[in-house]
Amino acid sequence: MTTASVSLGTSVSSQSRFMQLAMAALLGIFVVGFVGFSHLDAVHNAAHDYRHSMAFPCH
Amino acid sequence: MNLFRNVVFIAAIAGLVAGVVLACLQAYATVPLILKAEVYEKAGGGHQHDHAATTDNNTMSSAAPATNAMSSAAPAPAESAAPAEEGWAPADGFERFAFNVVANIVTGIGFALILVAVSEFAGGIGNWRQGVFWGLAGFAVFTLAPGLGLPPELPAMPAAELLPRQIWWTATAVATAAGLGLIAFRKSLPLAILAVALIVAPHIVGAPQPESFETPIPEGLHHQFVVAVTVTDLVFWLVLGAAVGVVRGRFTGTATSLRDSFA
Repeated sequence: MTTASVSLGTSVSSQSRFMQLAMAALLGIFVVGFVGFSHLDAVHNAAHDYRHSMAFPCH
Repeated sequence: MNLFRNVVFIAAIAGLVAGVVLACLQAYATVPLILKAEVYEKAGGGHQHDHAATTDNNTMSSAAPATNAMSSAAPAPAESAAPAEEGWAPADGFERFAFNVVANIVTGIGFALILVAVSEFAGGIGNWRQGVFWGLAGFAVFTLAPGLGLPPELPAMPAAELLPRQIWWTATAVATAAGLGLIAFRKSLPLAILAVALIVAPHIVGAPQPESFETPIPEGLHHQFVVAVTVTDLVFWLVLGAAVGVVRGRFTGTATSLRDSFA
């Protein structure tokens, strides 16, 4: 985790690298959380079959 | 922000591929079973879509059955034309299928973002074979471990209140991921023991269970559904991991620096 760390071909400082990866992971968690866990009725109904098929807690 | 952009780019392609594959598998394997279960759901009047009804004297329970009964029943075409309305649901048939495909792709990209970001911390997924193993880990974290306590459920099946289950599901996924990470990336026996404890702990605590397991759904149908969900999710994760490995390999293989290739 030095400044020379090569990740996806780009060399970035370890702090910036951590922040960017953490942001990407958070974005992913947000997306999955919204589609799979949102309590909004419309979102639930739209993704209903998907939620059941991914074994997300549903209803 | 090059790294972030590249992660998003790789996740978008891999998630799109795996999401489309999963949507196709679901159309044949899981959705027909859900539709079958909905026949039982509608037939057994008492068992509405709303499993929160199992929680008595809840303030929600007076209002919820009304709205959920509407949403679970096949919506009238006029209803489905107003997407912003509460209780809206896609119309059966193509619209419902299309929304399922969209949900698959969107969450496929979401899972891919998590997978790519986490794997970059460990040096990145170098090729499709490494990707398959990362995919197996994803399957264990997001399907296998939560599915032990909260098996895939069909509509009309009894379940505990939604929020505690979602909390248990999330906590189990996080604990399992942490445990697998400790085993894979820390060469230390005490940490490996801690990892096993982390993986086992959610199941000792136990998932929130319904008060009664009575359901109009035949046991055979549910079993079929559990198998279908588990197998389709396994394929999804293997494809997702492999796709990340291939796409990432293309980028790091064709240019020494992604910054150069995209700038």
